[in-house]
Amino acid sequence: MSNTTAEIVDLVPSRRLPSRGRVGMICFIAAEAAVFTIFVVAYLFYAGKSLSGPTPREVLHLPIFMSTCLIVSSLTIHAAVKALASAKTFWFNVWWFATLILGLAFLAGTAHEWTILIRHEGLTISTNLFGTTYFSLVGLHAFHVTVGLLVIAVTARASLASAIRQSHAERLDIFSLYWHFVDGVWVVVFTVVYVLGV
Amino acid sequence: MIISNEAIVAGTYPLERQQEGRQPISERLHEWVTTVDHKRLGILYICLGLLFLVFGGIEALVIRIQLAVPHSTFVSPQVFNRMFTMHGTTMIFSVAMPILLGFGTYLIPLMIGARDMAFPRLNAFSFWITAFAGLLLYFSFVGGGGLYGAGSAPDVGWFAYAPLTSRAFSQGHSTDFWTLSLLLSGIGSIGTGINFVATIVCMRCPGMTLGKMPLFAWLNLVLGGMVILAISPLTVAQIMLCIDRYLGGHFFDTQAGGSAVLWMHFFWIFGHPEVYILIIPCFAFASEIIPVFSRKPIFGYPVMVAATVCIGFVSFSVWAHHMFTVGMVSYANSFFTFATMLVGIPTGIKIFNWIGTMWGGKLIFKAPMLFCIAFLFQFLIAGLTGIMLAASPFDWQLGNSYFVVAHFHYVIVGGILFTIFAAFYYYFPKMTGRSYSEKLAQWHFWLFLIGFHLTFDFMHIPGLLGMPRRIYTYEPGRGWEDWNLIISLGALFQVAGVLVFVFNLASSYFRGAHAGRDPWDAWTLEWSTDSPPPSYNFAQTPTVRSRRPLWDQKHPEDPDWHYE
Repeated sequence: MSNTTAEIVDLVPSRRLPSRGRVGMICFIAAEAAVFTIFVVAYLFYAGKSLSGPTPREVLHLPIFMSTCLIVSSLTIHAAVKALASAKTFWFNVWWFATLILGLAFLAGTAHEWTILIRHEGLTISTNLFGTTYFSLVGLHAFHVTVGLLVIAVTARASLASAIRQSHAERLDIFSLYWHFVDGVWVVVFTVVYVLGV
Repeated sequence: MIISNEAIVAGTYPLERQQEGRQPISERLHEWVTTVDHKRLGILYICLGLLFLVFGGIEALVIRIQLAVPHSTFVSPQVFNRMFTMHGTTMIFSVAMPILLGFGTYLIPLMIGARDMAFPRLNAFSFWITAFAGLLLYFSFVGGGGLYGAGSAPDVGWFAYAPLTSRAFSQGHSTDFWTLSLLLSGIGSIGTGINFVATIVCMRCPGMTLGKMPLFAWLNLVLGGMVILAISPLTVAQIMLCIDRYLGGHFFDTQAGGSAVLWMHFFWIFGHPEVYILIIPCFAFASEIIPVFSRKPIFGYPVMVAATVCIGFVSFSVWAHHMFTVGMVSYANSFFTFATMLVGIPTGIKIFNWIGTMWGGKLIFKAPMLFCIAFLFQFLIAGLTGIMLAASPFDWQLGNSYFVVAHFHYVIVGGILFTIFAAFYYYFPKMTGRSYSEKLAQWHFWLFLIGFHLTFDFMHIPGLLGMPRRIYTYEPGRGWEDWNLIISLGALFQVAGVLVFVFNLASSYFRGAHAGRDPWDAWTLEWSTDSPPPSYNFAQTPTVRSRRPLWDQKHPEDPDWHYE
């Protein structure tokens, strides 16, 4: 049997299979995309159908600053991973911490927006349909940002201890797919909630 | 005892079994609980499914005893509602999914010549969260009442239409147990779906291109993709329901402008692909078993793959055929009628291909083959009543009647359960190393076949006579009582068949003859290793050149790769 196996090995053309981490992350992102799609559909379906106020037009303002932060963080995380792949640890640290700060800024923006809505405008998740759909969609997104930031923070802590090396570039690259996805979802949420929904 | 090193390397010595026999039971238990081995997790999945099959079966029996005669007072209406809700939920989420994902978990790495799944720990997580979800669902019998003792097990039906699930109509915690259980088992299933896709895409042994994978792997690849995309909407719907129930949200609250119909859409956009998620692994079993017991390679391999992918796509555009009676615009009715009939085409192609495989073959009528042949006939009939119900005007007459109940039980029992039994008999020697008793298996087959047809053939008729589903009793003189009695008698035959099945599995596990590596003279890689396979699966990573690597090995003078 071993003879035939050895014989066959020569005849089979060598090939490279895709990395399982990358495929797994892409599948996970597909599942997440389906999750967000359903929430977005619910938001659009209920847009303008609230029986009582406040309406989006009265209380929502375009969150330009925090959106810019999140989109720029996609660029910085890409730069960080590229720097790590070519073993430039210093630049990796710079870009990685920049990503962390930009993500935190986005989250602070959401917190600020929610504080105003809940405290001053009197809009909670149970006020009307707008409140239910708005807080669940934006909240789900903020939850994803928070999970991403936790990973970024843990990595940043490890990086301060000089524990992040070039060999981790592949894994961080796979994680960055998640972060890009979260940013992409924000573009959709921004369009649906702050542009179309108003 | 001294074991020669060569024997271990060549994988001919069942090392694990010898070691296992020596260990105390606590350590063996600990190993099973902490395992990340795909074979053990697969068996755990299957055992979990069998355990809940008993629960779901008892609930079905309660339903059939209650409906056997008119004006029955065997159970109260409240208990009846709990029984059909728990029966449906259990059978889908705690029986069919664990058994089918369990077989996939067990077999996929063996079939593609891999050491384990792509993410072994995710695999273990998925299993345990699925098991926890099942226990959570059944804890509702104890804890569903909540502080005020309002309610018990869920009683809202397995698709839990709004507004039955709102706080006002579902007090206590019964619906909460239902929704959290589905949320968790959904997360488990998505994890396994991701694992299937990553394993099949990334872990294939040298030489196994996509075109040379066993059909089982191909179908489970499609299944993985469908699980990822179809279970997510269910998870979202449960999150929304939780928001409504706990945070005072209004997603499905019509009094605040919400929509009960939106729940239906979200549920069925999961619910219909789910039917295909359940049947595609069964197609996979049939595609492995029928060729081996016909002594011919599968007929039309590329067409089988294409048909499966087609089913995967089209099944996402048919969900609203569950909602014809709700009232939709005529365009929607036409579209969903058309799409539903369309999905019959690839399914029909598959049936012709299986017949083409058997055509001119040397058929061997052992238990796995018998169950597969019964599956072919029954699935055909189930498909035909499906086409009838897909015509929306016909559905307006028979929606929510026992005709619908008969139709989907024909799919789920006649199609899915029969192939699951076939798979049990086919893979039992591989998983345990023992042969089952063929005589008992034939008894099981004939008892279950008779019981199935008594129950579900005749169930169409009270449906046509106007008997609605989910009624807890009926009055005599409507022409339903004789049919219902026959249906309930059939259930007894099915129970007898399943008892024979369980006895056969248990006694063969302890006393069956040793099966050897390849009892069926089969052709895929899982039969090239020991039975049961060692924890490392293959001593050497196999290399393949055709779709039937073991055929090539057994017939070096006439290998398959001359023809593919």
